[in-house]
Amino acid sequence: MARRRFSVTRFPGFAPIALTAFVLLYAPIIIIVIYSFNASDSVALWGGFSLKWYVAAWGNEAVQDATLRSLVIASVAACVSTIVATMAAIATTRRSRFRGQTFIYVMINQPLMVPEIVTAVALLIFFAAIRVATGYQGLGYLILAHSAFCIPFAYLPIRARLEGMDLSLETAAADLYATPWMTFRRITLPLLAPGIAAGAMLAFVISLDTVVITEFIKSAGQDTLPTYMLGQLRRAITPEVNAIATALLALTVLLLTAFFLLTRRRG
Amino acid sequence: MDDQPAIRIADARKLYGSGEAAVRALDGVSLDILNGEFFTLLGPSGCGKTTLLRLIAGFETPTEGRIHIAGADVSDDPPNRRPVNTVFQSYALFPHMSVRRNIAFGLEMLGRQRGEIAETVERMIALVQLSDMAERTPTQLSGGQQQRVALARALAPKPKVLLLDEPLSALDLKLRKEMQLELKRLQHETGITFVFVTHDQEEALTMSDRIGVMRGGRLLQVGSPREIYNHPADRFVADFIGETNFLSARVEAEAVVLQNGARVPLASTRTPGSMVTLAVRPEQVQLRPDGPIAATVRQVVYSGTDTHCYAALSDGTQIVARLQNPPSGEVGLQAGEAIRIGFAEDAVQMLDD
Repeated sequence: MARRRFSVTRFPGFAPIALTAFVLLYAPIIIIVIYSFNASDSVALWGGFSLKWYVAAWGNEAVQDATLRSLVIASVAACVSTIVATMAAIATTRRSRFRGQTFIYVMINQPLMVPEIVTAVALLIFFAAIRVATGYQGLGYLILAHSAFCIPFAYLPIRARLEGMDLSLETAAADLYATPWMTFRRITLPLLAPGIAAGAMLAFVISLDTVVITEFIKSAGQDTLPTYMLGQLRRAITPEVNAIATALLALTVLLLTAFFLLTRRRG
Repeated sequence: MDDQPAIRIADARKLYGSGEAAVRALDGVSLDILNGEFFTLLGPSGCGKTTLLRLIAGFETPTEGRIHIAGADVSDDPPNRRPVNTVFQSYALFPHMSVRRNIAFGLEMLGRQRGEIAETVERMIALVQLSDMAERTPTQLSGGQQQRVALARALAPKPKVLLLDEPLSALDLKLRKEMQLELKRLQHETGITFVFVTHDQEEALTMSDRIGVMRGGRLLQVGSPREIYNHPADRFVADFIGETNFLSARVEAEAVVLQNGARVPLASTRTPGSMVTLAVRPEQVQLRPDGPIAATVRQVVYSGTDTHCYAALSDGTQIVARLQNPPSGEVGLQAGEAIRIGFAEDAVQMLDD
């Protein structure tokens, strides 16, 4: 190994470019976090440290309502999309390569390729037709849309985990008299569990953060946390939004850290 | 009463793909493997030996032909309904289970009683000498230990036949020799029929009761190690199993004539004038003054127990003689020396061209 590895860090100007990128990425977020503790009523002037905006947000019924709705939608969407993604991942990886495999991958990952706004408009029109036909106005539309949208996000970590699992394990189980169901329950599922958990977590976070689709298809009074914040920003901007954003950020970082820990552990 | 063969394979064919591009992994194999025997499928990679094993296990279905295990046609049964167990080349141990749980798996799937499972598992752990490791997971074991777990797991349900897919190929030489003896011991103690797949001819010769030599999806020869080694059916088998000298010759009455004109007395039932290949093992080549073949020594290589003498006939044909070393270790040959070569009549295999 005498040959020195090619390294981009040796390029001239690497450090300043990297530093600028990091500042651009994180400075706005750091500012929103700092200003969420602002005692002043203004979003631009610093008036000392205070938790009053958190207290205000916590006590705000509209925020409570939107938070609860967000959590319900994200939980159900995470469950549904993870189940579908698990089945899809098993079907696409637990076998030898087949014709059209890449095509199937593309089909499953459709929400990653199609611009979100296109999906949102399409769903708006599609659901409008159903609304007219059935008269149903409930949360089902949002749950359905989020579930579908989250499938590829749940699919990717599950598939990655399955591809790291030797197919001969299932062959060995079948050889040792396990029926296909027992093979799944005793071998595939336990080994896949970290991948499934990671997929569910990612799906949950994605659902929690989705704005565009929700904004298009929600009925009146069906605000989720992100669409509520969007609505607030259109009126008078209060630092309360900063507090909500920071809380949402904290939850997302927490879940993504758990996701990272789950996918990192192999074996 | 057990005169049924353990396995009967009737004209098995396996094609991958279709039409012109189809690969014939198995091209009409018929074979009986007897009860309690150590049978080895031997051949170079891609010869179809692993495909045949997977067909017996049920991981693949034959394109044509039937497979019987202990008298029952299992051709349409999935792997979990066949009374055979496999030791995989990669071992395929369940990484999330302890050694004990791995070994118990087959018995649990068969729905055996708790007490019986516990008892069998303990017996198996003792049999493969892993008593101290029973609670470890596979990743905490060495390659040789994992191998033993794989064996114990496959033996625990007491299969009619144990299938072994190149199980020793991942082990280093010393461990491999140990495991060869271990496998023979286990087979002897359990009385189970073993079907062993390998590309290592030495392994096949030392371990097997019978060997089936395969090439290109066909079974070329089936026989005991002695038969295969001493009476290879064709040039490929002779060449694949051990070192062999090949000499082209023309048949005459009571003799054959080599390409350089040397006349070797050899009785044959073949028509005079037909061309044959003589196959002679290096250790059967004799250096003696009355030998019918003249040759020149090219190289003398000492290798501990033996000395290899590489010689050339007058037409350039190479011939190797393996000479056992005398106590002095000196066979007294020099490169460039003229020698005469002969061999016992029964040491020569005459193969059709």
